[in-house]
Amino acid sequence: MRVGENLNAALHGLLESDPSAYVIGEDILDPYGGAFKITKGLSSRFPERVLGTPISESGITGLAAGLALCGDAAVVEIMFGDFVALAFDQIVNFAAKSVTMYGSRVPIRMVVRCPTGGGRGYGPTHSQSLQKHFVGVPGLSVYEMSPLHDNRQVFDAMLASGGPCVFFEDKILYTRHMNDVGDLFRHDVMPGAEDVARVFLDDPEKADCVIIAPGGMVDRAVRAMRGLLLEQEVTCCLLVPSRLYPFDAEPLLPVLRGARAVLVAEEGTAGGTWGSEVAHRIHRLIWNDLRRPVALVSSADSVIPTAAHLERAVLVQDSTIHDAVLEALRD
Amino acid sequence: MTETGAAVLHARRADDDDLALLLLIRHFELALLDLFGRGELNGTTHTCLGQEYVPVALRRLLADADHVFGNHRGHGHYLARFDDPAGLLAEIMGREGAVCGGVGGSQHILRDRYVSTGVQGESLPVAAGVALHLKRTEPGALACVFIGDGTWGEGAVYEALNLSSLWRLPLLVIVENNGIAQSTPTTRQMAGTVRARAEAFGVRHHGIESSDLSAIRDELAPLVAGVRSGGGPLVVEFATHRLGPHSKGDDTRDPETVRQARDNDWYRLYAEADPERFARADEAQRARVDAIVREVSARPPSRWRP
Ligand SMILES: Cc1ncc(C[n+]2csc(CCOP(=O)(O)OP(=O)(O)O)c2C)c(N)n1
Ligand SMILES: [Mg+2]
Repeated sequence: MRVGENLNAALHGLLESDPSAYVIGEDILDPYGGAFKITKGLSSRFPERVLGTPISESGITGLAAGLALCGDAAVVEIMFGDFVALAFDQIVNFAAKSVTMYGSRVPIRMVVRCPTGGGRGYGPTHSQSLQKHFVGVPGLSVYEMSPLHDNRQVFDAMLASGGPCVFFEDKILYTRHMNDVGDLFRHDVMPGAEDVARVFLDDPEKADCVIIAPGGMVDRAVRAMRGLLLEQEVTCCLLVPSRLYPFDAEPLLPVLRGARAVLVAEEGTAGGTWGSEVAHRIHRLIWNDLRRPVALVSSADSVIPTAAHLERAVLVQDSTIHDAVLEALRD
Repeated sequence: MTETGAAVLHARRADDDDLALLLLIRHFELALLDLFGRGELNGTTHTCLGQEYVPVALRRLLADADHVFGNHRGHGHYLARFDDPAGLLAEIMGREGAVCGGVGGSQHILRDRYVSTGVQGESLPVAAGVALHLKRTEPGALACVFIGDGTWGEGAVYEALNLSSLWRLPLLVIVENNGIAQSTPTTRQMAGTVRARAEAFGVRHHGIESSDLSAIRDELAPLVAGVRSGGGPLVVEFATHRLGPHSKGDDTRDPETVRQARDNDWYRLYAEADPERFARADEAQRARVDAIVREVSARPPSRWRP
């Protein structure tokens, strides 16, 4: 099953099992079924709770918060994650604040879905990975879609959290297969951290390098790991959290302690990144056990160009991760 | 029937330059869809097939000092401003000679006083800012901004209308109402009308049904002059037709709607009005675009550093 199909099935399942659930967004109705076809079939089955909207990202995100305020579960699709910038106020100053700013806890069950990332030549305003802008907002959780996490479970977790969530979906993943880590590696769920998937060769606690990366990086990280293993005999263990923020590093420590290097990889551009938040947490916990500081891999500090050859030069590639691992392991 | 007859009659008045430009844009857009179909273009694009006449009609009402804001469906906006199909194609293909180095691509172009970007509704407040600047430093010049009907969903549109009406800014808003936004018919995304919305802010509104260039210019000339001379903003709403898909291969409209768009295509109306002259001009522009596609495709990739 492809990741996009898994996500579509998750939304079908959610609407089916929760009569208070809504899915709201631009051009999401059948037969179009959304710009990336993730909402296909939903409006035909649940016409009253699947709403195609005008081009009003701020308005529809506020609308979702209103539904959530009344106890409903609301999922908003932002056509391209870049446009979540228009909904920033509703997310940060209303939805996230409302959970706690009235002195007692107000549940806000809403998920803002953001198709994200580059590699498709859509240009500077349709290719960004804006995760970092939502890190560190009290009351707000940041999740990322992954081929190693069943989307229905992730949606259940997000809605059960009782707070608003922004869900980033690397667009490239939609057509990739679930749970595909190639023929060399195995994957499982990290013991003690249900939310974290693990990809490794044999003993995850004996890997030379641990790579922490969100779902959108899995393909690239696995390809880098393959090259490193076959060409350099370097073993890596990849950790893929579904929830990026708040980030709990504690359960990862047994794996991190054993490694000669730790690296965080993400597609967002350099500067004020999610990775620096993760690195900081790890440093605070096990600075003295680390052989060197956590290394960060991100895209260049740049707009994301349209032309394929220029875009490649800006965005994180397999080779970026490959080279960064070797660099981090150099004595 | 009578409506079509009238359009055909008027269409005789397109001069050679206008006809050449209309057809250049038409063949440019067709060439893009063809390049996509053959897998030779990366990314996405929105063609203005069916709407070419809007920027062509406006170009004679605009001056060099005016600023123009294109949008996501902006190839016609650009080509009506600059006779530079090769630069635009190079931009879209990421080749040497690209207007913006291949960084911006189809939707993000800046050249002299022309700018476009891909986020709906963003341009209107910016255009109001430019209009404010012009009002003080270059009286008589205006900011012209193209937006679609769907873009009226964005709140920024109303903030900009309010500001520009309050401050009587020289802002010309061109609405290309093609009855649809991506897959959503206007009737499902707009309550009320563009006219009533403009009027609610004390902004003048003028509707255009025709695709006849001279008629459009005659109607608009005094109104645009009013914008230049301190009359405040003006909204001009074209009832127009999107012939092709929103971007590529994503047309879910019913065949009847698409047929109606074809029936209203200026191309057909102009061809019928003067078949021989039209055919010659059509062939000339087709050949010009073919040659440009061949030449630009052979260029090396554009160069740029982050
Ligand atoms: C803020 C924002 N939301 C959504 C989009 C995606 N999008 C691009 S064009 C478009 C439809 C625009 O419709 P309209 O304004 O009527 O222009 P048309 O495409 O019909 O020319 C949409 C939804 C966008 N570019 N920006
Ligand atoms: Mg439209």
